[in-house]
Amino acid sequence: MKSLIQNFFIAARQVFVGNTAYYLWIAFLSIFILLGLSTYIEQLDRGLITTAMRDQVSWGFFISNFTFLVGVAAAAVLLVIPAYLYNFKPIKEIVLFGELLAITAITMCILFIMVDMGQPMRVWHILPVLGSMNFPSSLLAWDVVALNGYLAINMVIAFYVLYRLSIGKEYKMSVIGPLIILSIPWAVSIHTVTAFLYNGLSARPFWNASILAPRFLASAFCSGPAIMIVLFQIIRKRSEVEIDDRAIFKIAELIAYAMGVNLFLLGAEAFKEFYSGSIHSYPMQYLYFGLHGKHALVPWMWFASVLNISAFFLFLFPRTRENFTTLNMGCIFVIIGVYIEKGMGLIVPGFIPDTLGEIYEYTPTTPEIITAMGIWAAGALLYTVLLKFAIPIYTGKLRFATKEQ
Amino acid sequence: MSSENKQERGVHRRTFLKGAALGLAAAALPAADADASLWDAFFQKHFKEMNEAEIRKVLERLEREYEEKYKKRITVSNEKPLPGVLYGYGLDLSRCIGCRRCVYACVDENNQSKDPQIHWITVLRFKKGEKWVDLEESEKYYNPAEVPEKEYFYMPVQCQQCENPPCVRVCPTKATWKDPDGIVVIDYNWCIGCRYCMAACPYGARRFNWAEPNRKPEELNPNTHYLGNRPRYKGVVEKCTFCVQRVRKEPGRYPACVEACPVGARKFGNLLDPDSEIRYLIEHKRVFRLKEDLNTYPKFYYFFAYGV
Repeated sequence: MKSLIQNFFIAARQVFVGNTAYYLWIAFLSIFILLGLSTYIEQLDRGLITTAMRDQVSWGFFISNFTFLVGVAAAAVLLVIPAYLYNFKPIKEIVLFGELLAITAITMCILFIMVDMGQPMRVWHILPVLGSMNFPSSLLAWDVVALNGYLAINMVIAFYVLYRLSIGKEYKMSVIGPLIILSIPWAVSIHTVTAFLYNGLSARPFWNASILAPRFLASAFCSGPAIMIVLFQIIRKRSEVEIDDRAIFKIAELIAYAMGVNLFLLGAEAFKEFYSGSIHSYPMQYLYFGLHGKHALVPWMWFASVLNISAFFLFLFPRTRENFTTLNMGCIFVIIGVYIEKGMGLIVPGFIPDTLGEIYEYTPTTPEIITAMGIWAAGALLYTVLLKFAIPIYTGKLRFATKEQ
Repeated sequence: MSSENKQERGVHRRTFLKGAALGLAAAALPAADADASLWDAFFQKHFKEMNEAEIRKVLERLEREYEEKYKKRITVSNEKPLPGVLYGYGLDLSRCIGCRRCVYACVDENNQSKDPQIHWITVLRFKKGEKWVDLEESEKYYNPAEVPEKEYFYMPVQCQQCENPPCVRVCPTKATWKDPDGIVVIDYNWCIGCRYCMAACPYGARRFNWAEPNRKPEELNPNTHYLGNRPRYKGVVEKCTFCVQRVRKEPGRYPACVEACPVGARKFGNLLDPDSEIRYLIEHKRVFRLKEDLNTYPKFYYFFAYGV
C-alpha cells in the first residue's frame, strides 16, 4: 500500500514536467480560470443578480452548460459498448481516455451546479445522513446519486486500469468486468434522470413531453463521442499514444446512427407541437419562429438545426466519415449544434412564456459567460492533467517494480 | 538581482492567493460579526429535526442577528399550526378592481425587499372578451391613471397553497413543506437556492432573492415568524404564507391582503369549519381553481359573487 502511494506521487510528478507548449497551455487556461474565479467571487458577494436570470427565467446559462455536459459524460460508455460487448479491439485500447473524459465532464457538471446555487455553503444539506436529502421524491436528489455514482465508477475503472498497467500487468476482467457492465446502464441512467428532472414538471409544458429523455440520450450519444474523436486526434498527435483510424471511424459511424435518431425524435416533437397547435406549443414556437415579436433564440436554433443535419450526412457516408477534413467538420458541427440544442435551446424555452404568460427574454450577462468559461477552462485543465498523469503509464514509459519480480 | 526579483514575485503571488482565498471565504459565508453565531448558523439543523430547546436557541440567535443588523428589536416566533384548521382563500373576480393595494399591504406586512423589488402577489389584467384562462394574454405591468378600467378585468395570483404542491415534491433538501394547517412554508436557513421549486410551481408564486434583500429598518415589520415574514437572505426562495405570523398567533385575524382589499374581494377562513365564510362561498358560488388540470388541488378559490 505504501509503495502504491509512493508510485502515485512519482506518476503525479509527470504533471509538473512538460515542454514550453505545455506550460503555455496551462498558463492560458489559468488566465480563464482566474477570470472566472473573479466573476464568481463578485457573484458570491452581490448574489445571482450579476446574472441575467430572474424570477421569470430562473435557470439559464449555467444549467444549460450542466445539461450539455451530462451528455458529454456519455462518451465513455459509447466506447465501452463496442469495446467490451463486441470485443472490438481498436476501441478497447482507448476506452481509458473516454473514462477520463467522463470524469472531467461530471466534475464540470458539479461545478456548474455549484455556481448556480444561491447558498453554496449549504450544499451539505443535500447529502444523505449529514443533511436531509429528499430522496426518492426529488429528482435532483436522484441526480446527485446518479452523477456521483457515475463519477465513482469511472474513477475506479480508470485508476485500476492505470494501476495494473503501471506494474506491467494486464488488468483483470474479473475485477472490473462487473463495473464495466454496470457503467452501461448507469450512463443511460444519468441522462434519463437528468431528463426526468425537467420532464417531471407539469408546470412547464415544453419539458413535460415524454420524448424528452429519449432525445436526451440520442443527442448525448452524438456530442460526447464527437468531442472524443477530436481529442483522440490531438492525443495521438501530441503523444506517443497510438490510436487506430478504425476506432475513430467506428465511433463516427455510431454518431451517424445517434444523430439520425436524434433528428427523427426532434421531427416527431415538432410535428406534435405544430400540428396540434395548442397553447403548449408556444415554447417551441418561441424557439423556432419567435412569439409576440420576441425571438432571441430563433437564429441560434436554425443554425443548430443546419449544423446537426449537415453533420448527420457527413457521418452517414463512409467517404466523408473516413476523410479527416470532413470528419472533423462533422465533429465541430455536432458539438456546436448539440451545445445549442441541449443547452440554451432546452433550458430557456422551459420558462418562456412563464407560468403566468409573461415573456422575459434571457441573454446571459458577461460575468455569467466569464464564470462559465472559467469552468470550461478548469475542465480542460483537469483533462490535461489527467492525460499527463495517465499517458506515460499507458505507453509504458513509466513502470514500477513489484515485489514478485 | 534576478533571484531577488523572483523572491519578490513569489511573495506577491502568495499574498495574492491568500487574499483571493480569504475573499472567497468571506464572500461565501453569511454576514455575521460574531464567530460563534456564524458557526451556529452554518451548522443549524433541519427545522423539523430540532427539539423545542434547539429551536428556541435558533430564534434567539436570529433575533440577536437582526437587532445587530437593523438596530431594531425584531421578534421571531414559531407558532405551531392550530389543530382542526385548514386554511382556504377565496377571491371574488367580479369585485377585484386591480388597484394592487393587496400587493403593497403584503410587501409591508411581510418585509419584502424594496430593492430589488419583490412582490408575492401578481395582479394580472385581461381584456374583456378575449381568451384568458390560460393566462397567455395577461398583462402584468399595466399602469393606467385610474382603475378599474372599463374594458379590462383583473386576476390576482399568489401562492395557491396547494394540497399537492409540486414545489415541495421537487425540493432536494426538504427545505419547503406543507404544514398541517395547509400552509406551504420555507425554512430560509435550509434552502440552498437551487430554484428547482420555482421551475416546478405552475403559478409563478415563488420569488428568489437575486441580491441582498433591502428594506429600511424603520419600514420593517418587527412581528415576525420563523417560517414567514422574518428578514430573508440573499440566495434563498420566498413566497406567500397566508401571513402565517398573523393567522396562527391570533386565530380569526385576516392576512394583510384580505384586510387591505377596498372592495372585499378577498375572503379567508377555515375550510374545516362548516360555518366559515370560505365554506359558504365554496358551497354557494361557482368557484374554480387555477390550472385544475394539473391536480395540484390549490386551496385558493376564484369565484364570481355577482355577474357584471
